[in-house]
Amino acid sequence: MSERIRVNEEMRTLLARTTRGRAGFEDLVVVPVFAVIVALILGALTMLATNVDLATIGKSYVALLHGSVGSLNALSETLTAAAPLVLAGLGLALGFRTGLFNIGAEGQLLMGGMAAVMVGFSLPGLPAVILLPLCLLAGAAMGAFYAAIAGYLRAATGAHEVISTIMLNLTSYRILDYMLRQPWVQKEGRADPISKSVPEAAELPRLLEWLDPNLRVHAGLFLMLIATAFVYWLLFRTKVGFEFRASGENPDAARYAGMRSKLIIVLAMATAGAFAGLAGANQVLGVLGRATPGFSAGIGFDAIAVALLGRSHPVGVLFAGLLFGALEAGGRQMQVDAGVSIDLIGIIQALIIVFIAAPLLVRAIFPWGFRRSRDKAGGQP
Amino acid sequence: MTARAAPAPADRIDTGKQRQARIVGFLLIGLAIFTAFVFGLDAAGDATFRLSRPRDPFALPDLVVPAAPFLHIAAALLAFLGARQFLRGGIRWTALSLGIGLAILVAAFLVWATAGKAFSLTGMLQATVVRAVPIALGALAGVLCERVAVVNIAIEGMLLAGAFTGALAGSVIGGWGGLVSAVAIGGLFGFILAALVVTYRMDQIIAGVVINLFVLGLTSYVSSQVFAEYRALNNAPVFRSWKVPVLGDLPVIGPVLFNQNIFVYGAMVLVVTATYYLFHTRSGLRARAVGEHPRAADTLGINVYRTRYIHVTLGGMVAGFGGAWFTLGSVGRFDENMTGGRGFIGLAAMIFGRWHPVGALMAALVFGFADSLQQKLALLNTPIPSEFLAMAPYIATIIVVAGLIGRARPPAADGKPYVKE
Amino acid sequence: MDVELRGITKRFGPVTANADVDLTIRGGEVLGLLGENGAGKSTLMNVLCGLYRPDAGHILIDGREMSFAGPGDSIAAGIGMVHQHFMLVPVFTVAENVVLGVEPTGRLDHLDLATARAQVREINDRYGLQVDPDAVIEDLPVGLQQRVEILKVLFRSADLLILDEPTAVLTPQEVEDFFAIVKALRDAGKAIVFITHKLHEILAIADRISVLRGGRIVGQGDPAVVTEADLAEMMVGRPVSFTVDKAPATPGAAILEVADLVVLRENDEIAVDHLSLSVRSGEIVGIAGVQGNGQTALVQAITGLARPAHGAVRFEGRDITHASVRARHAMGMAHIPEDRHRSGMIANFTIAENMVLNSYYDPAYASGLQVDWDRVNLAAARFCVDFDVRTPSVFLPAGALSGGNQQKMVVARELERETKLVIAAQPTRGLDIGSIEYIHDRLVGARDEGDGVLIVSSELDEIMGLADRILVMFKGRIVAEVDNREGRADRNAIGLAMAGAAA
Repeated sequence: MSERIRVNEEMRTLLARTTRGRAGFEDLVVVPVFAVIVALILGALTMLATNVDLATIGKSYVALLHGSVGSLNALSETLTAAAPLVLAGLGLALGFRTGLFNIGAEGQLLMGGMAAVMVGFSLPGLPAVILLPLCLLAGAAMGAFYAAIAGYLRAATGAHEVISTIMLNLTSYRILDYMLRQPWVQKEGRADPISKSVPEAAELPRLLEWLDPNLRVHAGLFLMLIATAFVYWLLFRTKVGFEFRASGENPDAARYAGMRSKLIIVLAMATAGAFAGLAGANQVLGVLGRATPGFSAGIGFDAIAVALLGRSHPVGVLFAGLLFGALEAGGRQMQVDAGVSIDLIGIIQALIIVFIAAPLLVRAIFPWGFRRSRDKAGGQP
Repeated sequence: MTARAAPAPADRIDTGKQRQARIVGFLLIGLAIFTAFVFGLDAAGDATFRLSRPRDPFALPDLVVPAAPFLHIAAALLAFLGARQFLRGGIRWTALSLGIGLAILVAAFLVWATAGKAFSLTGMLQATVVRAVPIALGALAGVLCERVAVVNIAIEGMLLAGAFTGALAGSVIGGWGGLVSAVAIGGLFGFILAALVVTYRMDQIIAGVVINLFVLGLTSYVSSQVFAEYRALNNAPVFRSWKVPVLGDLPVIGPVLFNQNIFVYGAMVLVVTATYYLFHTRSGLRARAVGEHPRAADTLGINVYRTRYIHVTLGGMVAGFGGAWFTLGSVGRFDENMTGGRGFIGLAAMIFGRWHPVGALMAALVFGFADSLQQKLALLNTPIPSEFLAMAPYIATIIVVAGLIGRARPPAADGKPYVKE
Repeated sequence: MDVELRGITKRFGPVTANADVDLTIRGGEVLGLLGENGAGKSTLMNVLCGLYRPDAGHILIDGREMSFAGPGDSIAAGIGMVHQHFMLVPVFTVAENVVLGVEPTGRLDHLDLATARAQVREINDRYGLQVDPDAVIEDLPVGLQQRVEILKVLFRSADLLILDEPTAVLTPQEVEDFFAIVKALRDAGKAIVFITHKLHEILAIADRISVLRGGRIVGQGDPAVVTEADLAEMMVGRPVSFTVDKAPATPGAAILEVADLVVLRENDEIAVDHLSLSVRSGEIVGIAGVQGNGQTALVQAITGLARPAHGAVRFEGRDITHASVRARHAMGMAHIPEDRHRSGMIANFTIAENMVLNSYYDPAYASGLQVDWDRVNLAAARFCVDFDVRTPSVFLPAGALSGGNQQKMVVARELERETKLVIAAQPTRGLDIGSIEYIHDRLVGARDEGDGVLIVSSELDEIMGLADRILVMFKGRIVAEVDNREGRADRNAIGLAMAGAAA
């Protein structure tokens, strides 16, 4: 039954959209940009401190730029590196919005990738149109299950998910090691821990193979874009997303309003884990082709930085993931061209988060560029 | 006005604690059955536990335990405890019964694994204490921070920084110099965490995660960039064990407690000092007040910000000391990411120990035991795959934080930033 | 000691909490500081005790100008504040709380608790306070906790005591005992500032009255001559009627029945002890009682937020003891929570989002998996107009609203749909008089439409003004039931019942 509501003058003014205002712009754009710039500068200082001469520092940053966006190959590498970061980062952003610190993306990624590989080589006869989605689904489902363990513990016993997800991470490495020693998983004829390869039907096809067979960018790119749109829709347009956000902002009020907070926690962790698992599946099906110990290579931890840099907003996560993908692709070039260890990128990434998560710190260092916040001092007494 | 009469007395009300007691009862009976059938049926021969080493002044005879009878007795004890839980449902006994039950289970497991072989019990206890050191120091650092209501996820990073500094500085200026440097660097990161959290009001968990990532990146970078080339910078002296006269010669406790290196003794001293400080001094009272009700402390003229800075920095120093154990107390050489999650296990030990220094130490010993157990069992060729044994400390941590072994209350303002108006 | 405040001004961003306030407090005298919620009383006292620094103005003690860098300075100057919300560490003992900040110490910073205990006992005896120094705060009843606050200021040799809304948590009889202590302190030469918004209390205890409104002193009063009506008019700025205009109640069938209910606290203590009550349609039932007697647990059990350990809750005859919160909503139960910040609304969400916090899944606003935000925004605008929520836009975060408008928003959300039972817990706590009157009107309106209304409030005046039937709750049980349809229930008897001494 829809009745026509008479929109009178009073209501009309109430419905006028407020513009975000300068404070919002500062928060979303200025702070992240500053953060990245300062982090790069501090990275250079770190190199100086370890006896790298200025010329090499210059060469490193040039290589960084060249290796990330300087050629078609560079762009392909950037996108390939970005895809799992964005996928896992979306999951983490979802978790953050629900008030959950899911540090376990690494483990969920590992388990998801493992599941995808195992489904892949166990069903070699199936056509690609069935096998590929099945493997992706397996990866997502496994990641969801693994994360739901921590979610359930949090919901049922109040166990803080930071510690339980970290422990699950550490456990997942061992599980993978164990699996890779099993004869039905291990590649035939190999003594080192490496799994059987997935059949071609399960692989994410390369997109630009017709142009140059060395370009690694693969269909995971589409996964990344679809996932971004999906998470946006989920968070801001659906009922479930509303529940996630409400629980994240004020779990008491959400409970009083009738939302089932325990179910929401488990659901949110499972969804976050599903995306992390999908990221793992993306890696094995699009890049690696098989599983080895620690194949997750720290993507799960980098994704935390990506989610924070993107302010837990799906579009922000997309851009942040692209930036970090660029840093990684460029970092590899930097290691080759200038001989500087790629661990430097890790330092830069950590510094970026510091400045992102402490806007007050950025304002303290760069008072210009920010409006003198007269109305910031203290709220209502 | 009508007054209401008092209601009739109640029938038994099902409280949560009673349900918990019943669940524990089930668990214990299940463990009893497990012990009887899985362990008991498989055990053959005697389990020999060596208690003394060849050169000990007071030598104790080996403890020889006939495996099968012991396991049956253990199963019976577990069943008894479980049944008692059902019948009595005593609330205070629940945690105790579970604790005793788990201890019996572990003993049974050891006997089963050692059946027909020999095993140095004293050696394992010695290793327990050694492995507990970084966890205990990490937990103590956590206690110092959380007692002023600052959640310190960065203990892992501080341990790693201490390990790295210990190796680097130790190689250059010797063991003691390395130790002091490690403590200083730990304190520096504690100070940074305090600044991020207190002054710049960053979310405490994110700040901790960031410091961990930063330390990991920095130490890995220097390790691969510099140590690979200049091997001499990663070759620190190791502190040897020092035997306490008289006490060190006692059987069993001698080698375990009084023949260790400076890190073990340091941990013991620090725990005692911290306990006295927190509960018997004026500064300790104020610190705890800041952690429980910062606004109240503020109204009484206590400087909440400064108190948090001081204690988080102190915590960092303790963690730096604990980190130095990995290099200066163990192998003398830094490897990337060598702390392996010990900082987080320390946090779990802190929770298990109810935010009390002595409790944290006890909890760390339990984790140290699990850690040394998995090592020894790998040597004993037990049928359990080594990866599963390696998982044991992590699973134990999850069980602890899930409160399956009793829930406790953290300091009331834990995790919340304090904003002065 | 004489204290003078001259021209004190304090701003928080665009809000001016105190504007050019002049106040004089003399030793041996009780100054009553009167003002409604939000008038600036607490701010002024926080300036006096060093928690805030004034933007303008001077503080003079015995003629000398003082400048406080923090609470430590004002404590040293002899000013002691007994806060409205207790500043006590729950897990510490009485002695530890009293000496915190000025602890007696031995060598090596050793905390000398034995001396502390002795000193506490000494003050106990001198002023007749009778509090056990070794008791743990969280085990003490609220009335005793307040005495600990007084012990704190006396321990620091305060000559000026500021009592901020001290009687909010006391039964009428406890208030009498408290006044006796205050008079003893005054006669001993202390200067006392008594802050309250309760008119009859200030007339009973104060020697002089100053009225604060909108951050300014708007009037003085001599308790011997001024009346409650005069004071109320000064407080609000217009004549205030004390009685709620309501038509006589016509109760119908029972809508809510609670039978032999037992609810346990987290530590398995009994909060609600075999309680039974009923609420009929078309009547307002008020539950009177000092906070901490199980009212919160009772409301939670009725609304579905807590599971009872025993007993039943019935709605229109149907057993809903284990029904979910959402199911109870659907049946027509509305709940105005007692702490709007913690449980009533989400400060960072927009007003529109808050308006549908418990109805976003309704077909009116949602289709399939999605929420139709256009329809939500439109509805929110209508509710704001209908329920007098004063805001420039529905897209403003709810935290930006004033307390009164926030509560009106919560009331709007709960009452805009068809309701059969309204549960209102402390519905007007901390609100300005205008909002209080509005919400009272709405609750009576709901009753007149046939709803059953259950109000839980620690403000006895509110209960006496609104309720048709009054139940007194003490230690988890209903200990008295009073008919109040004529509005002439025996206040004294209710007070005794609230203290557990039922007639």
